[in-house]
Amino acid sequence: MSAEQSSSLPVTEHKDAARPVAAGLVLFGVLAVAAFLGALAIGPFSIAPGRIIAVMWEAWSGVETHTSAMLRERVVVMDVRFPRAVLGVLVGAGTAVAGAIMQGVFRNPLADPGLIGVAPGAGLAAVAWMVIGSSFLVHLPDFFQVMGLPLAAFFGGLVTTLLISRLATRDGRTSVATLLFAGLALGAMAAAGTGVLVFIATEQQTRELLFWTMGSLAGATWIKVAMAAPFVAALLVLSPFLARGLDAMALGEAEAYHVGIPVERLKRIAIVAVAAGVGAAVAAAGVVGFIGLMVPHLARLALGPSHRALLPASAMLGAAVLLAADIFARMVAPPAEVPLGIVTALVGAPFFLWLLLRRRAFVG
Amino acid sequence: MYEGKDVRVVMNGRTLLNGVDMEIRSGQITVLVGPNGAGKSTLLKALSGEHKLAAGRVSLDGTAISELSARELACRRAVLPQSVEVAFSFTVAEVISVGLMGSGARESGRVARLLHSVELPGFAGRRYDSLSGGERQRVQLARVLAQLECGHADKASYLFLDEPTASLDLAHQFVVLRLARAHADKGGGVLAVLHDLNLAAMVADRIVVLANGNIIADGTVDEVICDEVIERAFGVSVRVGVPPAGPYVLPQNIRHSAGTAQA
Repeated sequence: MSAEQSSSLPVTEHKDAARPVAAGLVLFGVLAVAAFLGALAIGPFSIAPGRIIAVMWEAWSGVETHTSAMLRERVVVMDVRFPRAVLGVLVGAGTAVAGAIMQGVFRNPLADPGLIGVAPGAGLAAVAWMVIGSSFLVHLPDFFQVMGLPLAAFFGGLVTTLLISRLATRDGRTSVATLLFAGLALGAMAAAGTGVLVFIATEQQTRELLFWTMGSLAGATWIKVAMAAPFVAALLVLSPFLARGLDAMALGEAEAYHVGIPVERLKRIAIVAVAAGVGAAVAAAGVVGFIGLMVPHLARLALGPSHRALLPASAMLGAAVLLAADIFARMVAPPAEVPLGIVTALVGAPFFLWLLLRRRAFVG
Repeated sequence: MYEGKDVRVVMNGRTLLNGVDMEIRSGQITVLVGPNGAGKSTLLKALSGEHKLAAGRVSLDGTAISELSARELACRRAVLPQSVEVAFSFTVAEVISVGLMGSGARESGRVARLLHSVELPGFAGRRYDSLSGGERQRVQLARVLAQLECGHADKASYLFLDEPTASLDLAHQFVVLRLARAHADKGGGVLAVLHDLNLAAMVADRIVVLANGNIIADGTVDEVICDEVIERAFGVSVRVGVPPAGPYVLPQNIRHSAGTAQA
């Protein structure tokens, strides 16, 4: 029943809708690269952007350092800021893409992994691993000593995502109010569980755990990068395959089924993808809120809601925004650092309120 | 042929369809009529695969639709629901491209042609949420027609329309029904749920009357649109007239049963 051949009608192009998408993706890419270079250059010890490239080149090509100033530059760039910036990219991209996918599945722009309990759930599992799991650590193979933490966070995120989708969705429809309130309850339960664990933790562990509650990229190492990278990579590889299905889901679950989307499978993959992104981010940097809410929203405003552009745009903008927030966190009161989660919450919470008020009619 | 055999749907302990047999033939418009709550939309959803069956079988050219892949089924059967709310502010072109199964570079030309066919030329860049109910319905029709373009030309495809004219003015009702007719004339099959018996009489090749989850009449317009069948289905006294163009239905005792009058 192809009607392809019968197209002798006048054609009005809508190229103008396609152009800003390509330009926007390029712009977000440039922003991400600029933020990455900024993260390497800016700090209490600032290094000119031109020197950054030179220092990296010298380090990679094995050039000997002759002066202590050069050595210091190399240590700061290669050992401190480089892993931190890469971790920032992974956390920002992972959280933002997870947020965009979650909003697509729930058909709601307020479905932020942090707000609906997924990130706190991942955080609880990560803390449980650190407090309880660490006593078993000596008996476990080496693989789990490194990957145990992100795996725990991943499964914690998975369980909460499954729970929230069960709680908030009935007959293919998601109630915004139930979603947010159930998320609030799940988040509170996860926070209570985390509180209990903090209570029984040793003093040394308590200090480390403080990091989970506020979020930070401080203490980034290549091991942490290696922990988060496979999960974020899996999320980014999966996301293009979800794009068409999520676009169809915007019309409703029944409509998505009618256009040939295997809806249940799509939802299962999306839930695993969200848990991977959030779990990796939480394992690497603790709970950094609102990135998954703000970034997809800004990307949608700039490029439209189609997930084919939204998912890569969210990845790039997420990386850029997280790195910018981290630069701010490091620079606002040097040499002390403000926790990253506090910076994102200071911007993100009013943003969420603004979104909520704008959509009051829908929330009811 | 698209066929439902002994289709039974039970929801929350209530039987909505009670073993219904239904054929949708290619080259024809089959119209489903019946009072509110008769199970028309349920039957359409059961046939489309959206509703799980408590018993029975739905098949396309002899193959159970559950054995077809989601994409195979989507290329041969498209559903226009009563209304579609889109979650984010998609443009008209983006909504229609959900129906286009990955056509890449030629997409904008196809979108423009489909919009032209539903009399919405130049709407590609408009935001879907800024459109009127009638415009939205026609955009959805364009999307549904786009979806069936992925099928093979030698295999009939089936268009399911759930009250497609409900939010449309007279002129645009005709646009939709003309496109349904064109689909049937090209060898496709159409199943339309309609409320308006006169519209049904005008457009249908075959009319199926559903009441309380059972088919009570199935035949040509002349066979089905008669005083006795309509009164039995709707519980309203009517008089069916036959002007040159075909039968029409006039309700008689509107005053006594205004609450249930349909025609």
